[in-house]
Amino acid sequence: MRNTMGLLFAYQNDEQMKVLTQKRALSSIPFGGRYRVVDFALSNLVNSGITKVGIITRDNYQSLMDHLGSGKEWDLSRKNGGMYLLPPFSQGGTGFAAGGSGVYRGKMEALLNAHNFIRKSDAENVILSAADCIFNMDFREVVEYHEEKDADITVIYHKAALEEKENGETGTIYTVDEDGRITDVAINPSPAIVKGEVNLGISQIIIGRTLLETLINECASHNMYSLHRDVLQRRVHDLKIYGYEYTGYCAKIDSVATFFDANMDLLSEDIRQQLFYQDRQIFTKIRDESPAIYREGCEVKNSLVADGCIIEGTVENSIIFRGVRVRKGAVIRNSIVMQDCEIQTGTQLEYTIVDKDVVIRENRKLFGYKMYPMVLAKGSVV
Amino acid sequence: MRTKKRTVAMLLAGGQGSRLGVLTKKVAKPAIPFGGKYRIIDFPLSNCVNSGIDTVGVLTQYMPLDLNAYIGNGQPWDLDRNDGGVSVLPPYSRGANDEWYKGTANAIYQNMHFIERYDPEYVVILSGDHIYKMDYNAMIEYHEEKGAAATIAALNVTLEEATRFGILNTTDDNKVYEFEEKPAHPKSTKASMGVYVFTWKKLKQYQEADEADPNSSNDFGKNIIPNMLNAGEALYTYEFAGYWKDVGTLQSLWDANMELLLEDSPIKLNDNSWKIYARNPNEPPVYNGPDSKIINSMVCEGSVIEGTVEHSVIFYGVKIGKGAVVKDSVILPNTVIEDGAVVEYSITGQEVHIGKNARVGASEDVAKAFLAPGKMTGYLAVLADETQIGDGIVVKPGEMLDQNRL
Repeated sequence: MRNTMGLLFAYQNDEQMKVLTQKRALSSIPFGGRYRVVDFALSNLVNSGITKVGIITRDNYQSLMDHLGSGKEWDLSRKNGGMYLLPPFSQGGTGFAAGGSGVYRGKMEALLNAHNFIRKSDAENVILSAADCIFNMDFREVVEYHEEKDADITVIYHKAALEEKENGETGTIYTVDEDGRITDVAINPSPAIVKGEVNLGISQIIIGRTLLETLINECASHNMYSLHRDVLQRRVHDLKIYGYEYTGYCAKIDSVATFFDANMDLLSEDIRQQLFYQDRQIFTKIRDESPAIYREGCEVKNSLVADGCIIEGTVENSIIFRGVRVRKGAVIRNSIVMQDCEIQTGTQLEYTIVDKDVVIRENRKLFGYKMYPMVLAKGSVV
Repeated sequence: MRTKKRTVAMLLAGGQGSRLGVLTKKVAKPAIPFGGKYRIIDFPLSNCVNSGIDTVGVLTQYMPLDLNAYIGNGQPWDLDRNDGGVSVLPPYSRGANDEWYKGTANAIYQNMHFIERYDPEYVVILSGDHIYKMDYNAMIEYHEEKGAAATIAALNVTLEEATRFGILNTTDDNKVYEFEEKPAHPKSTKASMGVYVFTWKKLKQYQEADEADPNSSNDFGKNIIPNMLNAGEALYTYEFAGYWKDVGTLQSLWDANMELLLEDSPIKLNDNSWKIYARNPNEPPVYNGPDSKIINSMVCEGSVIEGTVEHSVIFYGVKIGKGAVVKDSVILPNTVIEDGAVVEYSITGQEVHIGKNARVGASEDVAKAFLAPGKMTGYLAVLADETQIGDGIVVKPGEMLDQNRL
């Protein structure tokens, strides 16, 4: 799709992620044994034939930059197009040209910072993709649909029930008419009032590039900043906004609980098939580790184990990332253990998320609760 | 104008490896999968990069497609460079009597212009059949120090083993005075590892002379080295004490895979100071099913294990069904072993399909009691790439199959 470019929002709201985002953006949280959250959105763009992707960051982006490198693992290290990192304050100048405050109250303000990048492109369409979704999707069909409907904007939604959120951000809900056109946009309604299955947006939006430029300008000059409130909701009647239903697996990572659940979803064969065994691969940074070694006496059930691990203990219903060492007599259940951790002899973990490089010494017992998993910060020693 | 390089490595990767039987039916020996995710050629290539050698010519001849695709632009080994990097050098038609590579030395001779482009001081000659970690740079420094024309890496073997190798007889300071190919009565136990450092000017001179000799078989061991010795050139051995394994036979390939499972494995694949790089299969982590049991094994990403795996090396993309048992085996990539099948003491090729309740091989002890060993396989059962074994079918120990059995 030479006529389409991607813009990835890699700085999602992360207050609900606790220590997992202390030193990194939500999009670079390790996920699923060997990936980072951003790999899914980025691979989707690449797999849809998009060769030019801008990545909008805001803060804590060192870890993300380290992960993405030159973009070669996603085939985005290119002469034409490729990957462009767009950190705040990157455009220079003052006022409008400065791209706002760098704080980004909303996506339109973030896009203001990328307006030069957008303007210089000759793409017809832009995919605005939030990097907090775990899904595997071919955008080609959506762009076709967008063009067929002669839409100004096409939003992608899936059928889901609203869930209670700590911060009240339940999501954007679309009312869609028979033709697929959006007739109403509701933002963060209460699950107490809106019940049953709704058309819940997954923050993947197709828009014409010139229209996007105009909207960025309009929003900036009126001190408006929200893509959902100030564009999709406010302009629902005067722009042709269409909806496209995505029917595959989709998990939005916006809290420790959703992160935990989405990881555990990977233990389902159906979901693994949908995410990993399509024609569309999920790419990630390569670590060159040898395959995992399972030693005498280990017991691993219903779990994912990545390369570079040495397993001597017991692992059940868990996700074990690359380079983890599980010593004899250690028991890990319903937990997520990120890369290069060491779980020593006799230690028990249950409903615990262990961030990178953690050492849990002998005979420690750490128990979280299913709805409220315990989280250990990167590099800690227990 | 290209940058001058101090060292160019030439990797001889054209051999068929006929002693590996059906495993090399479609791929050259250096492209044979090893150790769960690697190929044999990853070892010399990674050694080059880790030794600071960034210009490598890979000479192919037999079944080069897989090898070419695998090496690609050399990116997995950091060998995609502006200057140098990895170049695949296939045989090409030249002059009136175009021909294949006649011998190892002829292969280098035919690619002389590749070496000349970099105007190197030293040329390292490597082969793609061995599993080892070696710092070639230390060897070059030794070569330089000795002022040698050629330095040959040597491994101390037992006297019995010495009859199977090229043996280097040296004086006390490692100066070679005689080279014997597979001697019946070895005088020394210094075996050539097939790793040579040559001063390029000297090698070029002897190669040109060797090419002019119509009776020469154009081989390093048979011609170049003896000729250099006869002419009184300074040849030295460089002693290598680490792990080195020739995986030229089915049994040694199986052994080398199994040695990776030892708690104190002689070859550390994850040692950050000397990593072995491979082209990445990009697969999700291994899924271990609720009834799976894996012990004393290595399992690569992308595999789904529902059955039992014991003392085995499982490559990427392998599926082992419920109730299936894999024991003492090497299962190459993308193989499917259906529910209830039993695979024991076997090497199965890439993309093999083993049907429900089929039985491939048997334990070595059991097989020994009932059967004579296979010619190349011993008591191993070996399946070629893409072999299909039907439900309930039996493949006996020692059998080597390159056709479906349905």
